Amino acid sequence: MEKDPIIEKLKEEFNTSILEVTVKNQKRITVSIKPDSLPGIAGYLYKNAGFRFIIASALHTKKGFEIHYHFSRDNEGLVLNIHVILDKKDPQIESLSNMFNASNWIEREMHELFGINFLNHPNQDKLISEGNWAEGVYPYRKEFKTPEEER
Amino acid sequence: MSMKTLIPIGPYHPLQEEPELFKLYCDGEIVTDIQWVTGYNHRGIEKLSESKTYEQVFFLVERICGICSTSHPFAFANAVEEIAGIEVTDRAKYIRSIIGELERIHSHLLWVGLAGHFLGYNTVFMWAWKYREPVLDLFEMISGNRNSYAMFKVGGVRRDIENYKIVAIRKVLDDLRKKTDLLTGAVMDDPVIHARTKGVGILTRQDVIDYAAVGPTARASGLEIDVRKDDPYAAYPLVNWKVITSKTGDVFAKAEVRLLEMYESISIIEQCLSHLEKEKEGDITVKVTEIPEGTGNGRAEAPRGEVFHFVVSDGTNSPARHKIRAPSYVNIATFKKSCIGQTIADATITLAGVDPCYCCTERMAVAYDAGSGKQIMNGRELIENSMALTKKLKSAHKERP
Repeated sequence: MEKDPIIEKLKEEFNTSILEVTVKNQKRITVSIKPDSLPGIAGYLYKNAGFRFIIASALHTKKGFEIHYHFSRDNEGLVLNIHVILDKKDPQIESLSNMFNASNWIEREMHELFGINFLNHPNQDKLISEGNWAEGVYPYRKEFKTPEEER
Repeated sequence: MSMKTLIPIGPYHPLQEEPELFKLYCDGEIVTDIQWVTGYNHRGIEKLSESKTYEQVFFLVERICGICSTSHPFAFANAVEEIAGIEVTDRAKYIRSIIGELERIHSHLLWVGLAGHFLGYNTVFMWAWKYREPVLDLFEMISGNRNSYAMFKVGGVRRDIENYKIVAIRKVLDDLRKKTDLLTGAVMDDPVIHARTKGVGILTRQDVIDYAAVGPTARASGLEIDVRKDDPYAAYPLVNWKVITSKTGDVFAKAEVRLLEMYESISIIEQCLSHLEKEKEGDITVKVTEIPEGTGNGRAEAPRGEVFHFVVSDGTNSPARHKIRAPSYVNIATFKKSCIGQTIADATITLAGVDPCYCCTERMAVAYDAGSGKQIMNGRELIENSMALTKKLKSAHKERP
């Protein structure tokens, strides 16, 4: 596989923050980074490299909380996943919503379903269960049990 | 003397694809702010998906949307096939594209009808929905269902389109092209529709990039993004077609993009049918033995824009995580830009311009006086308000020498 220019560029700019690069093929690349470097890298992709933010996917795994930020460069059909692993006990990461509005809703949703805290988010109110869900109960975490399961 | 008014639109109706409540804050006639509440019918499909096998998930995601019911299975199939490295047969690719494009046609026709209704052109509504019927009949012939066709599976499609059915499909498409000419002519040349939709609900190119809007909403603002072209899947790279864009970003541009896209869809289907005639019947699936560990990013261009499915597999027979992003999730957020500064009558069509499938505004929307909480306008009156504006413009147009 020949080296992808965007990966070279990221390595050049953010060398110490990049933990791992997985190139599945020319259109699907995953880059694992240190969480504190997310705003810098996302800003670079959005402002300088012509990427569009598709969505972010949160996962609750044995490693803790993981988030894949999916970016797309449409003219190449490239999906670039920026992958971070957050702390198990106190998951938090800088919000991207002050950079582009597209991440506003999904960050609210991840906060609501996984209990991940997005620092400096303009409005972390509940998005999908306003007014009818208990505080501090996060249904998409693995330890969550429905009342039927608990019985 | 201005009166501050809160107009809630929504939230709930079984026909709505995505139930939500829009609160329009108005100063007199002008919308000054908009807020929304979603999640009235949150079904937890992402979580449910983790408890189903890959085969079962298709039926689950097909039920996310009642109108574009094949776009989610399409994206999910792309994601899972990416994980397992499966290449489906050419015949399956053509059938997948035919189903996807037939769906785009009937979804766009549905939108044109609703937009016509909101503007007070009930003839457009009657026409568009009448022309939509034969397309649904085609689905019934191909799959047995008018909606939720259950055509997709990992490694191919469930049902073939046999050669004898191709004749019937071609006939419907021929008729449809004529009907689309008629409809496009009626919409594009009508001076009153111009007056109601041109310059209304404008989204600039930068707004679209900021909100990451997709589909016709983005293409109407001059962004040439279409997953079918950018990240080709199924039979789209095997046939000739072009991405339709417009520049102005108003409601008229969105209508233009959708109407012209229907011609492209008809052309894609016809080319796919020609290829099908040359292929051997019945060669529609490949054997799938296991889904290995890994992640898949599945994309498909639904009638409303890019559908994105992120699937994490742990090597078992069900997904470990399944993230779904429907196009309206990003498109609806653009109302914050497009609605503010519009009149209430124009807000109705601006909201509809994004095609969020809220079919039943008239049942749900009620206007309250924000101060006293007294109801001043119900949903029917809101649409009548919009229709009345069209009527006024119509008569003004007639009076012109």
